[in-house]
Amino acid sequence: MELISCENLVVKYGEKVAVDGVSFKIYPKDYIVILGENGSGKSTLLRGMLGLKRPASGGVIFNFKRNEVGYMPQKTALKKGFPASVQEVVLSGFVNGMGFSPFFRPWHFNRLQEVLKLLKIENLKTMYFKNLSKGQQQKVFLARAIIAAKRVLFLDEPCAGVDPMFAEHFYVVMKMLNEKQNIAIVMVSHDIKSAIFCAKKILHINKKLLFFGEVAAYLKSNVSKAFLKEK
Amino acid sequence: MFGVVTNVFKYAFLQRAFLAGVFISICVALLGVNLVFKRCAMIGDGLSHIGFSTFAVSSALNWAPFLLSIPVVVGFAILLLMLNENSRVKSDSAIAILSNSSLSIGILVVSITTGMNVDVLNYMFGSILTLNNVDLLFSVVFSVIVIFMFIFLHNKIFAITFDEDFAVATGIKVRLYNVCVAVLTAVVVVVGIKMVGSLLISSLIIFPVLSASRLFRKYKTVVIFSALNSVFCFVVGFFCSLVYSIPTGATVVILNLTIFLIYSLVARLKNISYSGS
Repeated sequence: MELISCENLVVKYGEKVAVDGVSFKIYPKDYIVILGENGSGKSTLLRGMLGLKRPASGGVIFNFKRNEVGYMPQKTALKKGFPASVQEVVLSGFVNGMGFSPFFRPWHFNRLQEVLKLLKIENLKTMYFKNLSKGQQQKVFLARAIIAAKRVLFLDEPCAGVDPMFAEHFYVVMKMLNEKQNIAIVMVSHDIKSAIFCAKKILHINKKLLFFGEVAAYLKSNVSKAFLKEK
Repeated sequence: MFGVVTNVFKYAFLQRAFLAGVFISICVALLGVNLVFKRCAMIGDGLSHIGFSTFAVSSALNWAPFLLSIPVVVGFAILLLMLNENSRVKSDSAIAILSNSSLSIGILVVSITTGMNVDVLNYMFGSILTLNNVDLLFSVVFSVIVIFMFIFLHNKIFAITFDEDFAVATGIKVRLYNVCVAVLTAVVVVVGIKMVGSLLISSLIIFPVLSASRLFRKYKTVVIFSALNSVFCFVVGFFCSLVYSIPTGATVVILNLTIFLIYSLVARLKNISYSGS
C-alpha cells in the first residue's frame, strides 16, 4: 500500500497558481527526485504536501503516523541572533517522535553521534549554529532531517551550497538510508545527472505534472529530452 | 543595608513581596526567551495593556483582580497568536489596535467609575509591597506551573522557536504547543502586572533575554542566564528600593538595563580580543 497519496493538489500564491492539480503516490522504498525549471513549483509542491502552505484544493493523505517524516528545508529564514548549538539543532530532530515525554535519553545522544559521524560533521557538534558557514548549516539541517525521518525523508535542494566532495558522499548516504533503513526519499534537485543516476523514480513538474515514473521511462520520454537538451 | 535584609524577613508583607517577586522574575524571563526569538516581543506589551484594563474594570466592579484578568488576557493571547499565524493581517498593527483600544476602554471605565485612585496607579506601576496572602498564593502557584511547563516543554519550544516550518513539516503538534505558550504568556503577564505594573512588564520580558543572548550562543545557556539575570535584578532592585524608598518596579527595570549594558560591553570586548588574536 502507498505511504502517501497526493491527490489533485493545487497550491496558489495569491491568484498565481504554483502547483496545478498534481497527483501521485509514494510507496515504501521509493526514491523520487522532483525535477523542473526554476519557479516550476518544485519546492511549493513539497511545502503543500507537508502542510507548510495550505492547498487551494486537493489534498494529501498520509497512511502512517504524520510524525514519522523528516524534512530538510531549502533555506530557513534564520532568526538573527538565535542562540543554538549544533547539538541542540540536531537533537530537535527527535522532538516529533517524543510525544509528551519531555527529556532526551542516552540513546538519543548515541543516535545523534551516529548521524553526525555518518555525515562526517562530528567536529561541528559543540559549535554555535550561527557561526557556521552556509554549507555547514546545510549539513546540520540534513542531520536533523535524517533523525526526524522514520519512514519518509523530504529534501529540498539538499546539495545547494555544499562542496562537491560532500555532495558525492551525500548520495551514498541517501542510498544507504533508502536501501538499508527502508526510508522513502523525496528530493527536489537541480543536479540532474546525480538525480538520474541515483533515483528510482522521477517526478517532473512545470506547475502541472509532466512526468512521473521510473527513471528509464523518463529518459525515453519527450519531457526529459526537451529538458536535458536545455541543460 | 544589612538591617534592611533582616527586616525583610521580619515583616510578612516584605516576605510576601520577596517570594512572589523571585518566582515571577523567573517566569517572566523564561517566557521572554520564547517571545523575543519568535519576533513577537510586542505581544507581551499588548497583553500588558489589555491586562491593565481588565484590572481597572475588575476594580470598578469590585471583583477579585485575577478572576476577570486571567481568562480575558488568555483569550486575547490566543487571538493574537492566531492573528500572528494569519499572514494576511499585519500582526504588529493588530496588536497595536487591540491593546490600545483595550487600554482606552480601561481608562474610560476608570474615569467614569472610581477615578484615578491608588488601585489604578498600582496597576500601572506595580504594587509588590501591597500583595496579600491570596495574591501571593496566586503568584507562586501560577509561577510554579509555568516553570514546570517550561522545563517539560523545553525541547518542543526550542524546536518550534528555532524553525517552525521544520516543526510543522515533521508533524510536531505546533498549534498545541503554541497555544500552551500563549496561555502561559497571558498568565505570566497578568501576574507580573501586580509586581511591576503594566507599563514595565514588557521590559522585564525583553531585557533579561537580550542581555543573556549578548554573551551566550547556546539556547539552554541563554535560558538559564536570563532567569538568573532576572532574579538577580529583582533581588538587588528590591533591596535598593527599600533602602532608598524608590519604586520597586522601576528600580528593577533600570538594573536590567544596567546588566544589559554591562553584557553588551563585555561582548564587545570579547569580540575585539577574538579578532585581535
